[in-house]
Amino acid sequence: MDLRYLRRRVTNVFNLGMAVLTTLLGLFWLFWILYTTARYGYHSLGLRLFTQDTPPPGAPGGLRNAFVGSLIMIGVGIVVGTPIGVLAGTYLAEFAGRKRIGEIVRFFNDILLSAPSIVLGLFVYSAVVTTMGNFSGLAGGLALAIVLLPVVVRTTDEMLRLVPSTMREAAMALGSPYWRVVLQVTYRAARSGILTGVLLGVARISGETAPLLFTALNDQFWSTNLARPMANVPVTIFQFAMSPYSGWQHLAWAGALVATLAVLGLSIFSRFLIRQRNN
Amino acid sequence: MSGTASPEPKISVRNLNFHYGKFHALKDINLDIATREVTAFIGPSGCGKSTLLRVFNRMYALYPNQVATGEVLLDKQNILDRRQDLHRLRSRVGMVFQKPTPFPMTIYENIAFGVRLHEHMGKGAMDDRVEAALRQAALWDEVKDKLRQSGMRLSGGQQQRLCIARAIAVKPEVLLLDEPASALDPISTLKIEELIYELRQNYTIVIVTHNMQQAARVSDYTAFMYLGEMVEFGDTNAIFTNPSQKQTEDYITGRYG
Repeated sequence: MDLRYLRRRVTNVFNLGMAVLTTLLGLFWLFWILYTTARYGYHSLGLRLFTQDTPPPGAPGGLRNAFVGSLIMIGVGIVVGTPIGVLAGTYLAEFAGRKRIGEIVRFFNDILLSAPSIVLGLFVYSAVVTTMGNFSGLAGGLALAIVLLPVVVRTTDEMLRLVPSTMREAAMALGSPYWRVVLQVTYRAARSGILTGVLLGVARISGETAPLLFTALNDQFWSTNLARPMANVPVTIFQFAMSPYSGWQHLAWAGALVATLAVLGLSIFSRFLIRQRNN
Repeated sequence: MSGTASPEPKISVRNLNFHYGKFHALKDINLDIATREVTAFIGPSGCGKSTLLRVFNRMYALYPNQVATGEVLLDKQNILDRRQDLHRLRSRVGMVFQKPTPFPMTIYENIAFGVRLHEHMGKGAMDDRVEAALRQAALWDEVKDKLRQSGMRLSGGQQQRLCIARAIAVKPEVLLLDEPASALDPISTLKIEELIYELRQNYTIVIVTHNMQQAARVSDYTAFMYLGEMVEFGDTNAIFTNPSQKQTEDYITGRYG
């Protein structure tokens, strides 16, 4: 009998040890990435990074046009992707719950969620860029919207389904029509969860390069025209990092650092929202 | 068995049958619910007492495979009628559930939510309504200084009284209580029972309970159900002291259930 308990203890220690080790292994790479980005990037950090546009090789400059271009396209992605995603997720959770159509939509949404983003970029290229005749910020924003969409659908669906059905019944029992139950009760209960999902989705699209390559392309100059090619951080990083010019390479590192910090900040903010919800 | 309670029953159930898909959950139920009295449904788990309660406000209509046939007359109007407006019905027949279900909003809004569904009123009138409902639910003194606080921050017993306040704020005629105290501690349970005693002056109350002492304490009439059938219905004192059916006696003396 004693042997059995000893064996359980040994197994416990072993499994716990392996779990800790693998966690540390995962964190190791993460911190290495953060460290490298910070080490090479922070030299070029400075006001100039945000006030000057991308320079020609050898000249001083910043990434202002790329940051602004990225923000604009992420903005388009949010404005287009979030309402569609939240409404579709609401349909799935509140209206299609156990029906077959709901399962089918969920299945296709999961495919969209795991589709390589370069495929989505190619789709927008053929649908928007070839139709409009040129690369554009609008096409880039739409590509990002398609990347964001399934994330928002999924989180909205899941967060609404976490709301206990007793709460819906309680609201219905007061004589409320179902749409008011959804708008005033279940949305409120799932609000911070949905917002967190949107923020995590935004964090994801802010690093996407592939969908922008085929759609927004890039631009070396200041432009906020959505109908023209638009500068953006990921593609600029790609071009500058691959270039032989050390000035460009430094800017690429600085851009990577700022983008990483922005995503980190978004993630921390969404964690904060989750914690608030739990209180 | 059918029972007749008072000269003018609030609800009359006639030949009610209920199906969950193929499962026959209620079999030929006949029963009268007396106006402004407390009627308790008792019986072992799965006997159909909650199902019967959920017919009175047609809560079951939320679920497509649940079907009720027969007649349930509320003030002589058949509420199972296809033309019955469910929102109107539920404003007349309020319900409180087993688990407290405060909405994720302030205490004030929890109560105002239901009122706004059926009436338009100014801020002053709404304030009065909220206060009156909280007073009736014996919660006012505990929350009057924190009406803007989330209803979810209250204790379990307070949450349940908030749910009762929310239900009576709509000014229903009937109040359905589905095991309202089974998730609460003894002190909160006592408060809910005292509250039921107070509320019977103004409302027709139907309570489902697992707790036979509770049924004996709070109700005027008791219905004993078993396997979807109404075994016995009558005056609470008679049911508990001198049941006419063997099954009822076995259940209330704890021989099964």
